[in-house]
Amino acid sequence: MLNDFLLLMKSELVLAFILFLLLILKVGKEIRNERLLALIQILLLGNFIFGFFFIESGSLFGGMFATNGLIAFQKSIIGLGIYLISLLFSDWLKKSEHLPEFFILLLSAVLGMFFLISSGNLLMFYLSLELATIPVAAMANFDLDKKISSEASMKMILSSALSSGVLLFGISLIYGVTGTMSFDQIAALLDGSSLQILAFVFLFTAFAFKLSIVPFHLWTADVYEGAPIAVTSFLSVISKGTIAFILLTILYKVFAPMYALWYNMVMLLSVITMVVGNLFALRQQNIKRFLAFSSIAQVGFILLGISSYSNEGTSSVVYFVLIYVFSNLAAFGVAGAISQAAGKERIEDYKGLYQTNPFISWVLALSLFSLAGIPPTAGFFGKLFLITAGASKGNYFFIAVAALNMIISLYYYLRIVRAVFMDKNDQPIAKINLDPSTKLGMIICTAGIILIGLLSWVYDYITTLSI
Amino acid sequence: MMEPGLNHVLFVSTALFFIGIFGFLTRRNLITMLMSIELVLNSVNINFIAFNKYVWPHKLDGLFFSIFIIAIAAAEAAVAIAIIINLYRSHQSIDVENTEDLKF
Repeated sequence: MLNDFLLLMKSELVLAFILFLLLILKVGKEIRNERLLALIQILLLGNFIFGFFFIESGSLFGGMFATNGLIAFQKSIIGLGIYLISLLFSDWLKKSEHLPEFFILLLSAVLGMFFLISSGNLLMFYLSLELATIPVAAMANFDLDKKISSEASMKMILSSALSSGVLLFGISLIYGVTGTMSFDQIAALLDGSSLQILAFVFLFTAFAFKLSIVPFHLWTADVYEGAPIAVTSFLSVISKGTIAFILLTILYKVFAPMYALWYNMVMLLSVITMVVGNLFALRQQNIKRFLAFSSIAQVGFILLGISSYSNEGTSSVVYFVLIYVFSNLAAFGVAGAISQAAGKERIEDYKGLYQTNPFISWVLALSLFSLAGIPPTAGFFGKLFLITAGASKGNYFFIAVAALNMIISLYYYLRIVRAVFMDKNDQPIAKINLDPSTKLGMIICTAGIILIGLLSWVYDYITTLSI
Repeated sequence: MMEPGLNHVLFVSTALFFIGIFGFLTRRNLITMLMSIELVLNSVNINFIAFNKYVWPHKLDGLFFSIFIIAIAAAEAAVAIAIIINLYRSHQSIDVENTEDLKF
């Protein structure tokens, strides 16, 4: 029994251990930021590597907590993401006065995400969702002296509080209809009555808030722009990925009997999200705001994969999120390095970057190619599998719109690449001395962008997991 | 004198929910917006208790859930008020109309 408990919850226990270690270090005597950050990086790397051992499937606490190979893999993706964040933003983190607090908040949010992915009960789902959101709102306020940081944090906490209120109303209606909170039992009791549809709409609205699906995307760009760039990257990559994973579980397991109903909704929202995200991204001048709208457009593609309701859908979404972690974190890492060294965040400031900083220019270009989906990079395969999965249900008109959207997105991604490589600038950003760990993070991201697409066993492995 | 049934209670809670949403969307003071969210959460509590009493009298999930909602609402309010205090320090106001640096 204890053995079961230790093995099944091992990722959560390791994370909680790191969390408590940091709390104790915080209370103890002062440690220099450099050494503390190095320790944290090693711990997070250990956490990521440990995620590949002792993978078992089973459930605990009367079905409240469930895990299997796919969930363990999703947790590994998240673990990789936080390790990369600790590498990429080391310059900013070293200068921060509150380094331990940053990681305490970040790890408690990640702990919430781990429980969220594993949850098998609506109570567990709600509790872990709150644990995954509230610390992030506090993290968004981390630049305490900046006006926009506090504004972003306020927008985030209010919109997430409202969305969890809407979510709870949906959950209460589901409880009223079915009398149970467990995912398995709910699925058996749903028959598509009008109260259940209303409950589903409320629940999905809350998901749309968290995943920033159009028309609930308005908080996204503001929060992304105002928050410190490390927090923005955490929000856009790891929060989004986690919510996409749990949305898969909720739609495929709990609301499976109502498939015919939610298929049209998800398909339509996916196309609207892509179009609106792309159109807004066209006119952005700030790189963080630009990446915010580009991430909204990417969420549209994730929804397209989800709409297929098949194992292919699951595996393509997980695969896409894995690639998205690499490519988006690389882009945010470059933006963070530039904003830390030169204080510039506007796209026009990036003109002529290639003359002074060839390495980060190539990293940025590769990550943008991958986000746009240009063939040799992994992003192409990610989008290819998503669109193939979406196309398996017919509805070719929407698939064609999605493909057209990829072409629109090429325009704005390549606009930045052009600014970096071709445009002349009298005063380009001066040569940036990258921290060694930032460089390591960028190299890992670049390797991921190139290799994940070429190594076909990665996708095969995910496919074997998602049965 | 008629006994109040499930429909009456659900009517109250649904009304409370939409009053909360309406208040959140129309009020301009951050503390009042936070109070509107509390209204929404309390309407959910009423829903859970009502369903537990009228529809599923032999189960306890609804009661437990409402206790957890109360606890989490307190935690959320604590963080939100800390954020609002910090916003007041930087903006000298807690009116949402004054927080307009980030747009479009």
